[in-house]
Amino acid sequence: MEAKERKERFAGVSDREVKRFYRPEDIAGLDYDRDLGDPGTYPFTRGVYPTMYRGRLWTMRQFAGYGTAEETNARFKYLLEQGQTGLSVAFDMPTLLGYDSDHPFADGEVGKLGVAVDTLRDFEILFDGIPLDRVSTSMTINPPASIMLAMYLAVAEQQGVPWDRVSGTIQNDILKDYIAQKTYIYPPEPSIRLIVDTIEFCTRYVPKWNTISISGYHIREAGATAAQELAFTLANGMYYVEACLARGLDIDAFAPRLSFFFDVHNDFFEEIAKFRAARRIWARKMREKYGAKNPRSWMLRTHAQTAGVSLTAQQPQNNIVRVAIQALAAVLGGTQSLHTNSYDEALALPTEESVRIALRTQQIIAEETGVANVIDPLAGSYYVESLTNQLEEEAERYFKKIEAIGGVVRGIETGFFQREIAESAYRFQRRLKTGDYCVVGVNKYVDPEEKVRPRILRVDPEVQRRQVERLREVRQRRDPARAARALEQLRKASGSNENLMPYILEAVKAYCSEGEICGVWRELWGEWREEAVY
Amino acid sequence: MEEKIRVLVAKLGLDAHDRGAKVIARAYRDAGFEVIYTGLFQRPEAVAEAAVQEDVDVVAVSSLAGAHLTLIPELIQQLRDRGVDDVLILAGGVIPEEDVPALLAHGVARVFGPGSDLDEIIAFTRENVRRRAWS
Repeated sequence: MEAKERKERFAGVSDREVKRFYRPEDIAGLDYDRDLGDPGTYPFTRGVYPTMYRGRLWTMRQFAGYGTAEETNARFKYLLEQGQTGLSVAFDMPTLLGYDSDHPFADGEVGKLGVAVDTLRDFEILFDGIPLDRVSTSMTINPPASIMLAMYLAVAEQQGVPWDRVSGTIQNDILKDYIAQKTYIYPPEPSIRLIVDTIEFCTRYVPKWNTISISGYHIREAGATAAQELAFTLANGMYYVEACLARGLDIDAFAPRLSFFFDVHNDFFEEIAKFRAARRIWARKMREKYGAKNPRSWMLRTHAQTAGVSLTAQQPQNNIVRVAIQALAAVLGGTQSLHTNSYDEALALPTEESVRIALRTQQIIAEETGVANVIDPLAGSYYVESLTNQLEEEAERYFKKIEAIGGVVRGIETGFFQREIAESAYRFQRRLKTGDYCVVGVNKYVDPEEKVRPRILRVDPEVQRRQVERLREVRQRRDPARAARALEQLRKASGSNENLMPYILEAVKAYCSEGEICGVWRELWGEWREEAVY
Repeated sequence: MEEKIRVLVAKLGLDAHDRGAKVIARAYRDAGFEVIYTGLFQRPEAVAEAAVQEDVDVVAVSSLAGAHLTLIPELIQQLRDRGVDDVLILAGGVIPEEDVPALLAHGVARVFGPGSDLDEIIAFTRENVRRRAWS
């Protein structure tokens, strides 16, 4: 007799229907050596390193930054004292979009969602007392990524740290901005050129730098399913590889420094499978499609962040539990570094206390649960292997579709990705409405007494005033002839095929501001405007 | 024939979070409204101008980056400067409770916080739109 179940259909956050249980037939074709391999061996489904967390734990990297460089510098030092092992810089919106703090668009935004950076002077303060050969720094910025990298390298020089000992990551992934994150400035072609310039430059001079963090996080946060996140991110990755190959770069020289960044959402097993599938797909593409020979080129190394979008403003303490479960999925998925969100982020910028709990969550997983003692414990699970296969197949279907519509940039121009994501976001919202998907405290187990009170970290208006003043001072004190010359040479080089990094470095060292440098490019290349689809 | 209610969904300033704005735009469209979405990075004067040009009945502003207290009142002023005082103005996104009274005082009809029900937003819009054609 057929036993009755609670629901007609069982599906997680991505709305993929799940069977009652899985059996050997579900993974019938699975070949251990071909499809999984031991950790550290092709196709790296089980992990990129032979020892994984037994060799070294993942990097616990909390994103931080607000106000001025001084305040962020203090937060960095606090996090390092608490045992954090890498820094991660959040910039304010004007900085992300290439405007100086004294630009009219920046009014009210200076230092609000991250630290304000105008010139090298801000970077000198930001990293004061932090030895750049001993920490690695991740910078979440895209169109102006090359400028921030130049500032970082200039500070390293001042500290006497040679560039080949500097390590870190710039996000530098513009494609996902057109698709989801929306912090774009210029049209695709010159934007991609800047990215290839940084990759070429670092390959030669800053070999430990991760030149790009190809990001699914924002695609997912904008509403994509796990399969869309996986497919669009890897498609973007392949686009960058092809752009570098078109520049004439050797794949085995640059590919080992490409890195990735994925979201970790609520559907525990789907997320673990997503990381495993991502590694396998990338390894296969790099070796089979692009002919990479260096095993390091085949490895998909990734950062992960728990899903901001899964946090609820209602009963915010429940978010501590969500974050812990998501973080566990990232670890079981074999991430190289992890940011855990703070439970109050749906309400406000996090407090020092909530940031500490988020970091402690990772430390508890690492030190108390025993999960870091063994690599990829879910391998061989009928369900997880079947999900890994399904996600790979779904991604392959998307790759074909993207090719058929003329490639990634064409897909952006025609709104293909934006439409796919908006559709998923809307479907999800409808499932919340019907109760088909449950969010505790939001559409089920609601506390009728509760009043949701978002707080906003009020950045003192003084921050903007001080920042604008500092910028003015820098402009007064710098050598005006050197600054003007640097901008003029940058302008000239930008119109040619030359690699722009040396020119950006000179402009930065001449204390040209970010807005001045981006201004040169805005004038030359124009601004990107998207046709909004929903 | 009943005329469709015209809604302008707006994003102001440098706030790039457009997931909510697009979901609400889509929900209005599916509910039979005529929807115009401004796209990102708009100045208040540009949104006010669009509201006039498109002759909308509702302006729904989505704000998630904390600039609501400066940009929304500025938008309302810009609308007034253009002689518009009968559109329904709604705000949504991450807006702290203590800022709500100030927004209401400026002329916002209601502020919808995180986790708001789409159908409730739509029902509220229908009930409070000021034009008579569909009342």
